[in-house]
Amino acid sequence: MVDSVVPEEFDLLTEEIVINMGPQHPSTHGVLRLILRTDGEVVREVQPEIGYLHRCAEKIGENLTVRQFTPYTDRLDYLAAMNMNLGWSLCVEKLLSWQVPEKCRHLRVLMAELNRIASHLVAVGTYGLDLGNFTPYMYCFREREKIVNLFEAVCGARLTYHYIVPGGVMGDLPPGWLRECSRFLDQFQATLNDLHALLTNNYIFIRRTAGVGVLPLGTAISYGCTGPVLRASGLAWDLRRHGEPIYTQMYAPYDFQIVAPQDGQYPDDGLSPPVPDDAVVGDCWHRFYVRMREIVQSVRIVRQAIQWYQEADGSVGEPMKIQQKLPVAEAYLETEAPKGQLGFLIVGQGASIPRRVRIRSSSFCNLSVLPELCRGCLVADVPAIVGSLDLVLGEVDR
Amino acid sequence: MSSWLLQLGFADWLAYGSAGLIKAGLVLVLVLFTPMLALWMERKIAGRIQDRLGPTRTGGRFGWLQSPADGIKLLMKEDLMPAAADPLLFRLAPYLSFCAVFCLFVVLPMADGWAPAGWDSALFFFLAVAGLEVFGVILAGYASGSKWSLFGAMREAAQVVSYEVPLGLCVVVPVVVAGSMDLEEIARMQEGWFTRWFIFHDPFTFLTFWIYAACAMAGLNRAPFDLPEAESELVAGFATEYSGFRWAVFFMAEYAAMFAWSGLGAILFFGGWNGPVPVASWLGLVSTNGPLAGFLGNLLSLLNFLLKALLGVTVMIWARWTLPRLRIDQVIAMCWKYCVPLATLMLVGVVFWQAISMEIFSPKPTGSCTVRCSSNPPRLSQGAWPEETPSAFPLPTRSGLASQRGLVR
Amino acid sequence: METSQIVRYLRERFPRAILGENLQAFDPWVQVEPAQLREVCFYLRDEPALRFQMLHLITAVDYLEKPPGGGQGGSEGHFEVFYHLSSLEHGHRLVLKVRLPRWKHNQPGQLPELPTLSDIWRTAEWHEREVYDLSGVCFIGHPDLRRILCPEDWQGHPLRKDYPMSHQYQGIPGR
Repeated sequence: MVDSVVPEEFDLLTEEIVINMGPQHPSTHGVLRLILRTDGEVVREVQPEIGYLHRCAEKIGENLTVRQFTPYTDRLDYLAAMNMNLGWSLCVEKLLSWQVPEKCRHLRVLMAELNRIASHLVAVGTYGLDLGNFTPYMYCFREREKIVNLFEAVCGARLTYHYIVPGGVMGDLPPGWLRECSRFLDQFQATLNDLHALLTNNYIFIRRTAGVGVLPLGTAISYGCTGPVLRASGLAWDLRRHGEPIYTQMYAPYDFQIVAPQDGQYPDDGLSPPVPDDAVVGDCWHRFYVRMREIVQSVRIVRQAIQWYQEADGSVGEPMKIQQKLPVAEAYLETEAPKGQLGFLIVGQGASIPRRVRIRSSSFCNLSVLPELCRGCLVADVPAIVGSLDLVLGEVDR
Repeated sequence: MSSWLLQLGFADWLAYGSAGLIKAGLVLVLVLFTPMLALWMERKIAGRIQDRLGPTRTGGRFGWLQSPADGIKLLMKEDLMPAAADPLLFRLAPYLSFCAVFCLFVVLPMADGWAPAGWDSALFFFLAVAGLEVFGVILAGYASGSKWSLFGAMREAAQVVSYEVPLGLCVVVPVVVAGSMDLEEIARMQEGWFTRWFIFHDPFTFLTFWIYAACAMAGLNRAPFDLPEAESELVAGFATEYSGFRWAVFFMAEYAAMFAWSGLGAILFFGGWNGPVPVASWLGLVSTNGPLAGFLGNLLSLLNFLLKALLGVTVMIWARWTLPRLRIDQVIAMCWKYCVPLATLMLVGVVFWQAISMEIFSPKPTGSCTVRCSSNPPRLSQGAWPEETPSAFPLPTRSGLASQRGLVR
Repeated sequence: METSQIVRYLRERFPRAILGENLQAFDPWVQVEPAQLREVCFYLRDEPALRFQMLHLITAVDYLEKPPGGGQGGSEGHFEVFYHLSSLEHGHRLVLKVRLPRWKHNQPGQLPELPTLSDIWRTAEWHEREVYDLSGVCFIGHPDLRRILCPEDWQGHPLRKDYPMSHQYQGIPGR
């Protein structure tokens, strides 16, 4: 229907204006401020300004014991608090050379993947919202609500769970929980089909996202982009398979695909629609689509985790003591959070309080590539590109 | 109504003046009432589409009073105006939009003879006034003193002005079929069964309707063409700085315009008040059976027309809650690359169709082609409320219609 | 590739730049001379056998003993800047450590300096801004060295151990 513009060909140059998108703007997903320099509808330059949500998380980490800091990790990426907890707990366990029981590992996988589904649902739903389609958002939040209800049954919280802690988890599952979880998974695919109809296959959606904000693989790696953003650029890199042993051993028994386009096509999972002709590897459409397919993979993992958890014997671990002393050493561990690779660095100083806590935020690195992506796009493409990066400002600003 | 008042012995000026005021009041009620209904429908339909309930508490089980409650809330809000705004234009803009939409209703016939002012260039008037609504929006964007508003205004200017071209072309197609620009006349010619609706007249009118529907949605700034207020891009576009009552006026104008354009589509393509089945004539509710029967028949027609217009509004709501938004370059390209050429093609096609069908069906083809409305003297010269003088406008009889459907008499 | 092998590569190429190493740590590290950091990093990124394409994180750790002067008497403390690198191609990881004085020329207020890596890995641009903002390390050659998380007019560098907790900012009470 419509041919895409080549903004460089605009021969009519007018006066450029500088315009603030944010920090209070409907589609910046929080308090992100983008300074746009535009020539009419064409964006010449985008400069992200962050820090509006800075809460000195690293400074707080230097004043608390690692066990006390665990609830603060919930507040980083508050849409995937389980994954944040998991990353922190594994890093502490790496520093202390601890091993958690097998049952605990499967329970952690179960929670992390459920939360990955929830996080990707928010990403997909708000992406629809960024493109002016409100309805998928409601569908996504309806399903996320069910996951949140499951989490509430487990740990009493709906957003900041503080469930996975160094040494184990806070408590075992309540009776009947696995049945509820299975019931959720059984009815879930229908929603994904709806989302494919409303977004993935929608003609307007494809026109708005295909070929927009193309991120070449080399640029993505240079900017430290990870997670779905990196995979959508065509590299099958997933720390659940390629990470450090303490993390990959959790996922070793599980069967799942790493979702990344190879030559523009994806491995068949039997549930997702084909790639449209217009899509270019690394564009907004692929970033969106990778998340949609990762949801399918996470559903598979959760199903397997339910099995493994039921078959495993033993305890679900013991939360560490608050005053546990740390060795004089440093440990850095990255895990595959929904938004990308989340890293924690703990520098111990022989006391229970670490000398330094450092957080590698995936959203922070993914956001840093934005000026590169937005150069020469249209104003309407800026929300499309920002949304496709799936930022959570709580994690960017820490 | 004015003739009736004259019979009662009113002076000319009083009779015409009071008739005008009463009609204006009725139109105002309609213009105020349809947005409320459309807004309530939007909430309920959007709710159902999104797997939720919509308003359920305000004013009973179905949230009937949600729209008035919203209106009261908006009235109570603080009257805010940015310091950088142009005070006069900022205040003027919403009312300009609203007045333009109000004027659309003036020529919209709701039933046979029931148009507040039905003159024979009604369609022309409608298109001309509809183009005025955009000035309110542009003025709002310009006067707000905000860059987002300015973006919205520029988009509105580019988009609406572009879409007036294909809209005008689409609207001419039924005019060619009817041979009249009088909306009442156009509707009257589609009397009877739904097969007589202009959308089923020939393939060109059928296709024209879909172009009309797309262009009308684009001209109304409804999603997926709601770029001037694209809330995920431009905050709220031209309406960014508006709040309270002025914002409410803008939105009343928007929803009333939705209703007006749906109504125009119903008249041009779906027979106006002439239903899919001629229920009124089956029941004998036609004016030839006495004034009361005619009145009841018109009430039924009014209901029919309102339902059709609301159906159009429903489709717009449905589209809004289903589709993502297009990008500005795609919207403009769609207009100039696809809608304008297609609409032109339809116009040329329908002209040939009419000429050829005349050749085939007309027993004595005449050489001279005259557009009907130009053969009539302008109605306005006959009095301010000319629909009250039926003698000047002989109703086409059903037998006579077949020969009158064409371009030529 | 084993970390010991990577270190051997580095020692062969830069005999003077490698000041120390610890291969038994959780994350094996090598200590690099700041003056030769850029050469080392270019080599690490471009050498086909190494190919450290990704810079994960830049961290500055303040080794000032708290309270200042207490604990180990005479220790002035120092800074260590960690660079976490990995190769997506070969799957190996390495940590570079750079040791810095807390203040340049031991003059309080003079920020210690390091060469920028933002032209080697683009992600370093924001990470260096963050380290500058929170820990107070100046990166020479950085294209846009501004505060990133704190407001532009913020005083001091909060992640330094001797940072005085401010009780108000622009008239807003801190606690």
